[in-house]
Amino acid sequence: MATAGKTVGMPLGERLALIAVILLAILWLLPLVWVTGVSLKNNTELVVNPGAVFSAPYTIQNYIDLTKTSALGTWFRNSLIVSLSHTVLVLIVSCLAGYGFARIEFPGRNAVFIFSLVGLAIPGQAIIVPLHSFFNAFDLHNTYAALIIPGIATPFGIFLMTAYFRAIPAEIEEAARLDNASRFKIFWAIALPLAVPAMATLGIFTFLGTWNDYLWPLISATRPEMYTLTVGLAATQTNIDQSEGLGYLMAQSVFAGLPMLILYIFFQKYVVRAVAGAAIR
Amino acid sequence: MSRTSQPGARAPKLRTWHWPELLFIAPFLILYVTFLLFPMAWGFWMSFNYYDLFAGFSEYIGLENYQQLFADQIYRRAVVNTFVFVAITVPPLVILGLLIALVLNRQTWWSAVLRTLFFGSTVLSVTIVTLIWRGVYLPQKGLLDNFLNAIGVGGIGILQDPNLALVGIAVTTVWWGIGLPMVLFLAALQQVPGEIYEAAKLDNASPWQTLWSITIPSIWRTVVLVIIIQIIAHFQVFGQINLMTGGGPNNSTRSMVQFIYESGFRQWTAGFASAAAQVLFVIMVIAAGLQFWASRRKQEF
Repeated sequence: MATAGKTVGMPLGERLALIAVILLAILWLLPLVWVTGVSLKNNTELVVNPGAVFSAPYTIQNYIDLTKTSALGTWFRNSLIVSLSHTVLVLIVSCLAGYGFARIEFPGRNAVFIFSLVGLAIPGQAIIVPLHSFFNAFDLHNTYAALIIPGIATPFGIFLMTAYFRAIPAEIEEAARLDNASRFKIFWAIALPLAVPAMATLGIFTFLGTWNDYLWPLISATRPEMYTLTVGLAATQTNIDQSEGLGYLMAQSVFAGLPMLILYIFFQKYVVRAVAGAAIR
Repeated sequence: MSRTSQPGARAPKLRTWHWPELLFIAPFLILYVTFLLFPMAWGFWMSFNYYDLFAGFSEYIGLENYQQLFADQIYRRAVVNTFVFVAITVPPLVILGLLIALVLNRQTWWSAVLRTLFFGSTVLSVTIVTLIWRGVYLPQKGLLDNFLNAIGVGGIGILQDPNLALVGIAVTTVWWGIGLPMVLFLAALQQVPGEIYEAAKLDNASPWQTLWSITIPSIWRTVVLVIIIQIIAHFQVFGQINLMTGGGPNNSTRSMVQFIYESGFRQWTAGFASAAAQVLFVIMVIAAGLQFWASRRKQEF
């Protein structure tokens, strides 16, 4: 009851702010509650009376239909394959290069590093046309390769990992170097385990971004069996205005959104840190 | 580099690098040049050419794509729409984000729950968010029109109204994106040393005074940074618009990125689309420069 006591002692302005935020929270929650409600309603009942969302009877028929007729499972699998592969490759490439830039004092290192960061200013949207032509030239559209490869070399990943490896004192590696251990061995056995927090940030951020990516898979994957979850869900909602299966559509959004929300709630601390860290750079 | 050097002798100088060690950065450089720099350069070249993607035919036409672009009424509309969208999306994101962060910057279970809620929508993909909100906005059947009917205003079909559709998309965007400004502000607030507040309390400063003369100045750098980050992000708006209105009604919601998408992948005019992409690139470089400047300024106010 300590919190209640604090609230009573609050000055008026602070109390108003608190009320405003609680109202906002209700507004934020409302669409989610409504969508869940719609997904649990009979489709014909919704057509007759759209206001019936907040009253019984409810049914899980939409979810049963979903498992029978929807391609969500295939799209879910595609998203998982693409996001996991992409994230692992980003981590490998970024860790190797980050360590290289931080530790190996080859001539021209700073120039190459700056050259590598120039790409930070290139928005993905600015290169989709040539990138599409490029993959088209090798006839790679509608393959996992086309969905996974673009963006593996991310200047942001290089920036993050280089900064992290630089912050690790070089003395830690010196003993191993005097033992004539190879650079790769030192990287693998000493430096990499120390870089796990930065890898977590980069990994979560990359996974979220790839999982939620819409523009590139929309352009590259044109066959339904190669859709990712985002593109597949986009394809199902084109006729929503005329749709008599509103409950079914909303069941899809709940079904597709739930895994991410559950993951987020379990790993909230890391997700927030990754997204915020990536934004600030 | 022997290990048998005498005690007291100078430590053997380690060789700083060997050729094979360049393999650490080689994979990155190869992929970076192939899939980022080369497409960028190719896109730049494309913008001076007429491309027929189906016939595989191209021809150098100089600045014609750019002339055509700047004369294009729909493109001009898209530029205006994009600026309007940024102007009506960024202020609520920053102000509400700051308000929520100020209120939820405390160690109680309910503030933790509310933080989870406000950030939760951010992890959803754009297609899920638009599916939810297209449902909410459905004429007559949706949550919004149901509510408006119930209070006697009558349904408006917000996405079908050329004057309101962009506002509807902006509301969805704020709902989707509030999490990031909130957590950035929360992180900044936690850096403000508690002693300053103690001193203010001793001076009998009102909460309002404390907010304006201590809290806001202390996190001013983050405020500027958040504004720039949000501007950059929302300048590139595409998914919500493509999914919720497709740029309509009557081009009232078409954005710059959507224009690139449609001219490139609906009309297949790659050169023209590339010219539009170069304009976006220039704007983004300016914004990235601003962000670089803002994040490296040392002093707080």
